[in-house]
Amino acid sequence: MAAPTTPAEIGGIGHSVQRKEDARLIEGQGNFLDDIDLPGTLHMAILRSPLAHARINGIDSGAATALEGVVAVVTGDLMDQHGLAWMPTLSGDTQAVLATDKVRYQGQEVAAVIAVDPYIATDALELIEVDYEDLPPITTPQQSLEEGAALIRDEKEGQDDNLVYTWETGDPVATEQAFARADRVVTLETHYPRSHPAPLETCGILADVNSVTGQATIYMTSQAPHAHRTLFAMVAGLPEQNIRIVSPDIGGGFGNKVPIYPGYVVATAASLLIGRPVKWVESRTENLISTGFARDYYMKGELAVTDEGRILGLRVNMLSDQGAFYSDAQPSQFKAGLFHVVTGSYDFGAAHIDCKGAFTNKAPGGVAYRCSFRITEASYLIERLVQNAAYEVGIDPAEMRLRNFIQPEQFPYETATGFVYDSGDYPTALRTALEEVGYDDLRKEQAEARAEGRLIGIGIAHFTEAVGAGPSRTYDIAGLKMIDSAELRVHPTGKAILKLGVKTQGQGHETTFAQIVAEELGIPATDVKVEHGDTDHTPYGLGTYASRSTPVGGAATAVVSRKLADKAKKIAAHLLEAADEDIELDSGVLSVVGSPDRSVTIQDVALAAYTNLPEGMEYGLEDVTYYDPPNLTYPYGSYIVVVEVDPDTGVWEVQRMVALDDCGVRINPMIVEGQICGGLTEGFAMSAMQWITFDDDGNCIGANFMDYLVPTAWETPRFELLATEVPSPHHPIGAKGVGESATVGSPAAFVNAVIDAVAHLGVRNIDMPVLPDRVWAAIDAAG
Amino acid sequence: MEVTITINGSDHAGDVEPRTLLVDHIRRTVGLTGTHIGCDTTSCGACTVLMDGKPVKSCTVLAAQADGSAVTTVEGLKTAEGLHPIQSAFTDDHGLQCGFCTPGMMLVGASLIAENPDPSDDEVRWAISGNLCRCTGYINIVKAIRTAAARAAESSGGS
Amino acid sequence: MFPSRFDLVVAQSVGEAVEAKADVGEGGRFLAGGQSLIPMMKMRVAFPETLIDINRIAGLDAVERSNGHLHVGALVRHADVAASDAAFGAIAAAAPWVADPLVRNRGTMCGSVAHCDPEGDWNSVLLATGAAVIAQSPGGQRAIPIAEFVQGAFTSALAEDELVTGLRIPVPSGRFGGSYLKLERKIGDYATVAVASHLELDDSGAIAAAGLALTSVNPVNTKVVDAEAVLVGQQPSPEVFAEAAELAAAAAEPRDDVRGTAAWKRQVVRTYAKRGLAAAAQQAEGS
Repeated sequence: MAAPTTPAEIGGIGHSVQRKEDARLIEGQGNFLDDIDLPGTLHMAILRSPLAHARINGIDSGAATALEGVVAVVTGDLMDQHGLAWMPTLSGDTQAVLATDKVRYQGQEVAAVIAVDPYIATDALELIEVDYEDLPPITTPQQSLEEGAALIRDEKEGQDDNLVYTWETGDPVATEQAFARADRVVTLETHYPRSHPAPLETCGILADVNSVTGQATIYMTSQAPHAHRTLFAMVAGLPEQNIRIVSPDIGGGFGNKVPIYPGYVVATAASLLIGRPVKWVESRTENLISTGFARDYYMKGELAVTDEGRILGLRVNMLSDQGAFYSDAQPSQFKAGLFHVVTGSYDFGAAHIDCKGAFTNKAPGGVAYRCSFRITEASYLIERLVQNAAYEVGIDPAEMRLRNFIQPEQFPYETATGFVYDSGDYPTALRTALEEVGYDDLRKEQAEARAEGRLIGIGIAHFTEAVGAGPSRTYDIAGLKMIDSAELRVHPTGKAILKLGVKTQGQGHETTFAQIVAEELGIPATDVKVEHGDTDHTPYGLGTYASRSTPVGGAATAVVSRKLADKAKKIAAHLLEAADEDIELDSGVLSVVGSPDRSVTIQDVALAAYTNLPEGMEYGLEDVTYYDPPNLTYPYGSYIVVVEVDPDTGVWEVQRMVALDDCGVRINPMIVEGQICGGLTEGFAMSAMQWITFDDDGNCIGANFMDYLVPTAWETPRFELLATEVPSPHHPIGAKGVGESATVGSPAAFVNAVIDAVAHLGVRNIDMPVLPDRVWAAIDAAG
Repeated sequence: MEVTITINGSDHAGDVEPRTLLVDHIRRTVGLTGTHIGCDTTSCGACTVLMDGKPVKSCTVLAAQADGSAVTTVEGLKTAEGLHPIQSAFTDDHGLQCGFCTPGMMLVGASLIAENPDPSDDEVRWAISGNLCRCTGYINIVKAIRTAAARAAESSGGS
Repeated sequence: MFPSRFDLVVAQSVGEAVEAKADVGEGGRFLAGGQSLIPMMKMRVAFPETLIDINRIAGLDAVERSNGHLHVGALVRHADVAASDAAFGAIAAAAPWVADPLVRNRGTMCGSVAHCDPEGDWNSVLLATGAAVIAQSPGGQRAIPIAEFVQGAFTSALAEDELVTGLRIPVPSGRFGGSYLKLERKIGDYATVAVASHLELDDSGAIAAAGLALTSVNPVNTKVVDAEAVLVGQQPSPEVFAEAAELAAAAAEPRDDVRGTAAWKRQVVRTYAKRGLAAAAQQAEGS
């Protein structure tokens, strides 16, 4: 790891600076959505469909309206009168705000009660009578695409089946040729199950619309406040200058807080119509059954390989369960997100991928749960396939990877699906992790254990991510280009405020982004206040998800700091009576090249910016940058998991988990490691226990934390972290982003480990979550 | 009904509906919002408070049941002498990210180290196994609680 | 989520509590720890008209041994049992695995017993060790053997005006051991499968008394009487435990669900019965 270039008191890049956000949070002084209380606030509760598919013949809200303390009951008909019964999704579909014709999934919004108190609002829900007429539910995408399947989206013009989209990438002809040359084809069919980000704080809104002034102040749990402002303007028809979105402290997002949900629209409309603030905070059940699911891909991957273990080509067919509305939160040109990265860390020439999306009677979503748009599914598939290919060819899974890696000198490397990987040294990463875990000894232990009837497995995943969307030529959401911004103002006393378009949900932006300024200008990180989340006070940006804060917002911060550094050098030259080009800036000291005693500090320069300028220069020391990244960044890592499986019950336990991450330059190593540990835990959760499933009637199983399983400290494995650091060549500070690497990379490592424990029996697949009954059944079937 | 609950050393008397949950009373009536709500099923522990010294989930206790009890919330950890060792340890060891589970985790940690001045890694993990965190993977929470224990032992040994 | 409205009676004595219950009838529920009841009320699957809070009643919070029995009062929390030196065998083994640490600080053992949730741990444990449930009504007190008390899913032998005031669990006089093996998906989860084992040995080392009971694999916690009968009189051995385990597996009629298939659950019963009996025997032999 590169040593920091600034002293600790400045706290630039590479210092594990303590987090600024902690002070308020450890004293219970955080300001989360539900903590905000405005005078006269009303509370909203939502009536949701108990059925997965039913026609609504009528809604009687009379008794609910009459309940003391109820201010209003809102139905789809009322919303329709204002043109708000339907809203656009982030993927160009429309979604019901409150159902008017039929309900299309269990948990869909049917009506809302506005009352003086949340208890009373909940009481009133029970008094609303809805006349439902059962319709047959479609609970799998396979059923959905069958000939003659009931039409879920009968209201949608031109939609005469349940197909949402078809999408493909790669070269089918070249892939066909590669497969023709192969000695063998390794096939894996697997389901990446539906999951939910489930941040500990649910979603919520406090809408305060002043009907006199037209000012709409909207506090909401938003990962993308600026984009949400624009979408509110488009959906609600409010003038954008009158909309202020404030995203306060957020109790975790993980993608859940990217979309706009029907509850937000209803609360805002209710505030406008009633003239009082309206608050809605989801219950956990509402959160799990109606907002922002992720994954749910049925994948068939085929790998063409030679007997020497060389990969020649990859073919993937996928079927995506989209739920009742197509509302993936992802760049508009990318139906299957950045699934292109399925070619992984390997050098081969041909790939072809096709994907269909299908409507089902399930909640919509398709958010990128701690993932840069379907990267997780892609990474999982290739790493599972490569592991299986090793078994089939008969070489060690580590060796299989080493034989096929893209080599360091091949970067920038264009993949068979057209991504241009920026940098990396994969062999070093994997070899370092193998050495740390003691791979050769583990393989011996595994063989000895097998002889005693014990099952030990060693799973590897070497993932490559594509994050930091993205270049404006390719990436937009709802037409908005995926740039991001930073505005930096240095005050006369040399203290600074940095305003960001991105928004933290726990990642520590208030600390790390100050460190970027500290690195570039030498202003101590503690002297840089970071403001974010309030659209009236920050420049435009697309928000924080898909690991894009550091790649895009971080780059903007470095660039705007450099703009100020240029001006600072000119001011210093003026103060030192030297030529502009002779001034160098190092850790906050601006000196004349070759005469280090002739110097001023950045603080001196800041004061001069408002008091003593060279002739013709504009006063002030501030600027704003909108950064349009030239490419994505490509973090990677080598993860190795060791498990022991109980052959009698299928219960498996993690013995070791070694995780090497290369995310380029690490701004704050402490925070980076914190992100990795959190991501590994979520990856473990998906591998072992965490999923949302449905019964045949479309009832959601996983509608609360008793059924949707989040591991506790007791189940969570211990992690051993390692790092290498190959900078991104195109990012101003060489950073790549890290928030999602571990969630993306680790599921394959955990699952591969369990498979490896039973691979000698011929087992090649167990779908996630790898529940003990599935493991036992696989052993039983093989045995 | 009339209840009096001592919260962080101050008596709070008032009329509550029998159905009022302790967490709502603390947050909405008393106005201390450091205690959070993360689920409906007694699963997550975001609402943890100490009731007569023991950590409980305040979303599954009626305010009326706390009548006459001493309740400590996250706002009560800090004293005139400064931060509780658990608070500074959470910052020093990066035991929090989004901060939503943090009040509960710190209260459980404070209660644990009051009873067990030198908890092992497993003992800490066991103690916090009624509290969920989605951000940290628990490693630094465990570390912070053990750091706080060590510091508390050091300062009480030194005095 | 918020409970619907109810009246609250804060009882100061057992007499007051059972009188109140007799007054309000089936709309009334006793409130002890509330760790199952309050979430059910918040989810609005339980709507009591009146809650009778027994937490203020003095004298119900002891867990202690006397006259050859372990007595557990109605306000003894799971955590108290886990911390108690008086607990033994399967009881001591099960206590730390009930719910999670914070729930254990509030929830009561007697409350769980009275709740009769087939996924609850305590009734299996007590079916293995033997116990009497002490029930009080305005008319008087009676002791109900646990096997009679547990009638079905959420159904006990309690009359409408009866309150469980305590448990009386015989403490074996000779060598004994017990275990509770619980497969749960995570801390705080109900058992997917759990097996309670209890063995008493005579002077020759043969099994003098045996208890074996299952959680979550039938509509009610199940005492495997035929397996117990097979064990009694035998020297502990892997073979006899395997035989008992087969009978336990046969007594389980689990369902396929999100936690796993019925076939697998039966296999876990088999495995845990073998392991649990072996652990109980090992403890007994060392006692």
